[in-house]
Amino acid sequence: MARITLDRLAHAYKPDPQGPQDYALKEIHHVWDQGGAYALLGPSGCGKTTLLNIISGLVRPTRGRILFDDRDVTDLATEERNIAQVFQFPVVYDTMTVRENLAFPLKNRRVPRETVARRVEEIARMLDLMRVLDRKARNLTADMKQKISLGRGLVRPDVAAILFDEPLTVIDPQLKWQLRSTLKELHRALDLTMIYVTHDQTEALTFADKVVVMHDGAVVQTGTPEELFVRPAHTFVGHFIGSPGMNVLPCRVEGRTAYVEGQAIVLDRAYPALPQNRRIELGIRPEFAKLAASGGLPVRVRRIDDIGRARIARVDMAGRALAASVPESMDAVGEEATLVVDPRHIHIYADGHLVAGEGAR
Amino acid sequence: MTLVLDHVRKDVGAETFIRDVSLTLERGSVNVLLGATLSGKTSLMRLMAGLDAPTKGRVLVEGRDVTGTPVQRRSVAMVYQQFINYPSFSVYENIASPLRVAGLPRAEIESRVRDAAKLLKLEPYLDRKPLNLSGGQQQRTAIARALVKRADLVLLDEPLANLDYKLREELREELPRIFAASGAIFVYATTEPQEALLLGGNTATLFEGAVTQFGPTPRVYREPGDLTTARVFSDPPLNVLRATKGGDVVSLSTGGRIRASGAFAAVPDGVYDVGFRAHHLSLDPAASEAIALDAVVSVAEITGSESFVHLDVGEHRFVALTPGVRRLEPGSAVRASLDPSRVFLFDESGRLAARALPKAA
Repeated sequence: MARITLDRLAHAYKPDPQGPQDYALKEIHHVWDQGGAYALLGPSGCGKTTLLNIISGLVRPTRGRILFDDRDVTDLATEERNIAQVFQFPVVYDTMTVRENLAFPLKNRRVPRETVARRVEEIARMLDLMRVLDRKARNLTADMKQKISLGRGLVRPDVAAILFDEPLTVIDPQLKWQLRSTLKELHRALDLTMIYVTHDQTEALTFADKVVVMHDGAVVQTGTPEELFVRPAHTFVGHFIGSPGMNVLPCRVEGRTAYVEGQAIVLDRAYPALPQNRRIELGIRPEFAKLAASGGLPVRVRRIDDIGRARIARVDMAGRALAASVPESMDAVGEEATLVVDPRHIHIYADGHLVAGEGAR
Repeated sequence: MTLVLDHVRKDVGAETFIRDVSLTLERGSVNVLLGATLSGKTSLMRLMAGLDAPTKGRVLVEGRDVTGTPVQRRSVAMVYQQFINYPSFSVYENIASPLRVAGLPRAEIESRVRDAAKLLKLEPYLDRKPLNLSGGQQQRTAIARALVKRADLVLLDEPLANLDYKLREELREELPRIFAASGAIFVYATTEPQEALLLGGNTATLFEGAVTQFGPTPRVYREPGDLTTARVFSDPPLNVLRATKGGDVVSLSTGGRIRASGAFAAVPDGVYDVGFRAHHLSLDPAASEAIALDAVVSVAEITGSESFVHLDVGEHRFVALTPGVRRLEPGSAVRASLDPSRVFLFDESGRLAARALPKAA
């Protein structure tokens, strides 16, 4: 178990990188505490796999160091780093029993037999694998095999960290619920540092205490799920987290009023320090923009999406497309409606970055 | 055209992949096949396409028996989970390829490719090779190629499964418009209830090779005719407890008794499975008629906008979906409540006996 320090890491796949554009991973400085549950979240090509490979030792960074506690492991091979990994597709030995599969990472390291037996049963119980412990892995279902993979990752009590690379991608939605909550319970019971890489916001937000959001080779925000949702530091975070994501609209700000295509929107703070000649945008999440029959900003309703537990309205405001929520009490929705936005949840961005306002009411 | 599956069955060796499926799909309709991995979605599509012949039953197109007609002599296009394009062809040539094979005049090819590229937002990329595109654009290319053929039947087998979460969301939002622009029959396979709801149209729920229900998507979601359909069409998984009704009193497998109100008032005495969705299990103070459940928090998953709280109630494990952030320590005791008018009652054969009130969105 270890605290993991990413000490001004950067990586370029090209030799002799010149500017930031040559880096697949731009400089990152970050400390992951011992025992924490972290997620690396971002779309394909954002650099999250490069970062994971640097932590696991498959890739040596162009610049910077990686420390496990105070030990510099930058030049150590994967097998010298004392980490466990779980991949997208199950890695199990088909001809071995489930018990033998779970014991394998321990046997390999000459752990005493009684300790192996005890630990295997402990992990098997937590993953609900007791019933199949003496069956061959071959004929088990994909989700059972992925559970064995998880178990193999978790079985060693002494690892510095466990890295999960999209471990639930191949699992059906309903089984994901079960495995996700199991993983969270295991994290709590085992006191291990866990790093979970995914493009799926639900998996990242529900698994991790802290989520690192990556975009274009850089970390754009690190925070709790609540922070990422309520106060996105970058328009990318606003868009990427939330379903649908935050509405981002070009605007002009004067005092405590924003203008979107001439439509005035009241703000709860002023932005005197707003930089000149930048792209200024207003961000509001659909959850904080509610459709109403009257009393708000005039909008034209294009479509209502019924997602079962809620309804989402697709509307046009002053010619701009927005997503808004439809309150359960609102029965008939006509083409003309209004939008009630909560000023406390309106954010202003300059070139994509959040600008702190002044004098919140 | 109308496609009819008339009591089709497919056996492979000793195994039955599809058991007695009858479906009528109308021209211009979107039909979702919703079910877990191995429930028969792909097998059913292969029968529709003519890639496989059924062991029993008939396939009719416009009333004409085409059961033995191979795929080459039918008007069918397919899109798969993997992005399949010709790597050495440009996007334009990829989309044009089925038309060149069919020997269409050049001007006709040009106009059809341009139309499809416009619909799928591929116009800027027509000269590029597929591998230089994002996954989303590669799959758009494959969909465009399926559309230009103007086939009567377009089959999409989990077309978004290999895409990043956000790309999936983006394309999913456009698909209904793309489908509406064509007059074909669309069949769309997915494992995700949420995807079925967003696509709308009709949904057939599949379980172990059988269609358990077929009808307009929101209706199948809100009025599942049996326990299996309700389970297939719930994500988070359907919560289920048991209830025994005797006169005015209902005893619950979660402990305790309630007065027979809501859905319980309308059914004869007997034993029922009580199904309810996660967003109908509340953690707020309950009305007097509500079913109170004394629960222990197992895991609270917070996404920022909502919280999924996993609860242990006696032998049962339920999921409650509540808006906002609910910080609940694992192991803490909470009282959950359930409105008895929001539940589905299934009798001992699994058939729906009484359902949630229509307002239960």
